[in-house]
Amino acid sequence: MTVVERREIALVDLLDRLLAGGVVITGDITLRIADVDLVRIDLNALISSVNEQVPSPWEEP
Amino acid sequence: MTGLRYVYAICRPFSTPLQSQLTGVAGAPPKQLPHGDLVAIVSNVPEEDFSEEALRAHLEDLDWLSATARAHQSVIDALTVVTSPLPLRLATVFRDDSGVRMMMQEREEQFLQTLDRLEGRVEWGVKVYVENAGADAEEEQPEDSDKPLSGRDYLRRRRKQRTAHEDRWVHAEEFSRRLHGTLSEYAEDHRVHAPQNAALSGVSGANVLNAAYLVPRSESEAFVELVDRTKDDAPGIRVELTGPWAAYSFSGEPVGVPEGEGE
Repeated sequence: MTVVERREIALVDLLDRLLAGGVVITGDITLRIADVDLVRIDLNALISSVNEQVPSPWEEP
Repeated sequence: MTGLRYVYAICRPFSTPLQSQLTGVAGAPPKQLPHGDLVAIVSNVPEEDFSEEALRAHLEDLDWLSATARAHQSVIDALTVVTSPLPLRLATVFRDDSGVRMMMQEREEQFLQTLDRLEGRVEWGVKVYVENAGADAEEEQPEDSDKPLSGRDYLRRRRKQRTAHEDRWVHAEEFSRRLHGTLSEYAEDHRVHAPQNAALSGVSGANVLNAAYLVPRSESEAFVELVDRTKDDAPGIRVELTGPWAAYSFSGEPVGVPEGEGE
């Protein structure tokens, strides 16, 4: 067995948490994007670009 | 003030200032919006990108989704340094500050309870992969491959390959079950996420376990060592550790469902 610690956060790991975790607010607010999950996202687009570095316009902390 | 309010997290009031150069999902700096015993971390976002319709379209754009998710995460990360935030789901947007305050007012008790539960805790992600789950059958080449195989030999070899493949899976699942058992016993809470699709993650091997564990910050080092120590003579199995994360996977009982607060 090998244990790997990833230093850079993979997008899939992030989406596991940001789209499936976190408090979901329901009620009379303007928006709720709680039902969005990977199924809604174009799989082909995701696969083709998942390995490319998506440059972030914001500085990393 | 124009624009909508994007809410990242709910926290207890904290005195340490956030990094001054920190920017949120649309480039604006996150600010604290206090209400009662709580603070919401919000930033202004433009209506043309964050109205319901625009958001739905944007979320299908991987570059946008990725940049937004990373910006959201960088705010949560910065919060994790100074407090134990209760993260909200990606893209939770309100019309204005008073909408955010109203939401905090309505859910104050549940927020306080959840914040108590998460105080001083972090989340660790552990994934188990079977390496080359599909390719191992190719390894066994016959000694004298130029000799034509009889039908029976061919079938025998196929059966052997299939059995080796199944064995590896069975072994990996057994390994995962054991590891998950050990880690859940150590952690305060756990969640099992759906295994990741190899095409999406872009990593080698098939994902058999994708779990999150809630661990006191003070126990994190021991937890990481525990993952390390589960070393076992298990060829072809890879364990991947991520974290520490804010407790995303443990804030998820839908707060809007009155009686739905499960364990």
